Amino acid sequence: MKLQLNGATVEAQVATLADLLVAEGFGQGKVATAVNGSFVPAPSRAGYALTDGDQIEVLAPMQGG
Amino acid sequence: MRDFYGTTLSSGLMLGTAQYPSPAILAEAFQRSAASVATVSLRRESGQDRAGQDFWQLIRDLGVHVLPNTAGCHTVKEAVTTAQMAREVFDTPWIKLEVIGDADTLQPDVFGLVEAARILTEDGFQVFPYTTEDLVVADRLLDAGCEVLMPWGAPIGSGLGLNNVFGLRALRAHFPDVPLVIDAGLGLPSQAARAMELGFDAVLLNTAVAKAGDPAAMAKAFALAVRAGQLAAQADPMDPRDMAAPSTPLIGKAFLT
Repeated sequence: MKLQLNGATVEAQVATLADLLVAEGFGQGKVATAVNGSFVPAPSRAGYALTDGDQIEVLAPMQGG
Repeated sequence: MRDFYGTTLSSGLMLGTAQYPSPAILAEAFQRSAASVATVSLRRESGQDRAGQDFWQLIRDLGVHVLPNTAGCHTVKEAVTTAQMAREVFDTPWIKLEVIGDADTLQPDVFGLVEAARILTEDGFQVFPYTTEDLVVADRLLDAGCEVLMPWGAPIGSGLGLNNVFGLRALRAHFPDVPLVIDAGLGLPSQAARAMELGFDAVLLNTAVAKAGDPAAMAKAFALAVRAGQLAAQADPMDPRDMAAPSTPLIGKAFLT
């Protein structure tokens, strides 16, 4: 299925948000996730089924003021 | 110093982590600033370079409190979602809440700010709201559950200092028991000292240090200024007056004419 990952289109054969993170190289990284504008806590990722067209944000620590 | 949600800070300087020439200079600036808090943010991560992971290690090594922000958020929903994500990543209930209302001045949308502060407080966050010096808004933020207020000195990144000293002094007088932090707009150590002399509990700045020619030296200058201003406030400054008052006693002066 086609997904929007951090604003870019990706073609991924995955079932859940947790699968997508592994497939896209995030592994055990310190990241937070949101799908279609709503926060998805880490413990919920494995049970969060993705569907075609979902917009996923994967955020990590960054410089800030 | 007043507590920030039960935490006593070792210094009145909170320092941002953006715009430094290099990670090494960031670390050196923090070391010389003796800052007690580092502000951080969240941005999109790439699965290839994973830049955020290295940055997070650098911040952990600083050994300071971490205050995540919601910089760049213009709506309540954006700010609340960003705060939720930040709490998970940084493992802290602290959030520097920014809801921006104007792109040119980066002025807070105080209506959205109050709404977001209420939602986040009810969800267990400890909110540090980036606000203006408006007394009524301050009251609403306290009603919403905030226990700290962070009025701007001047627009973010402007370096203009304290644009409305009258308003800031009124805010301090109005809320004598609330921890108040001047957040944004400071460009020089003298401005930070001034804020502390007015009785503010801390200052939060970033650009003034990061964009200085020698960030580490400027960090040290701010550290000294903050401490000087803090000591001056504790020392109960004299009241200014319009006319001169001789400091040298006239009694006993020689008659030489």
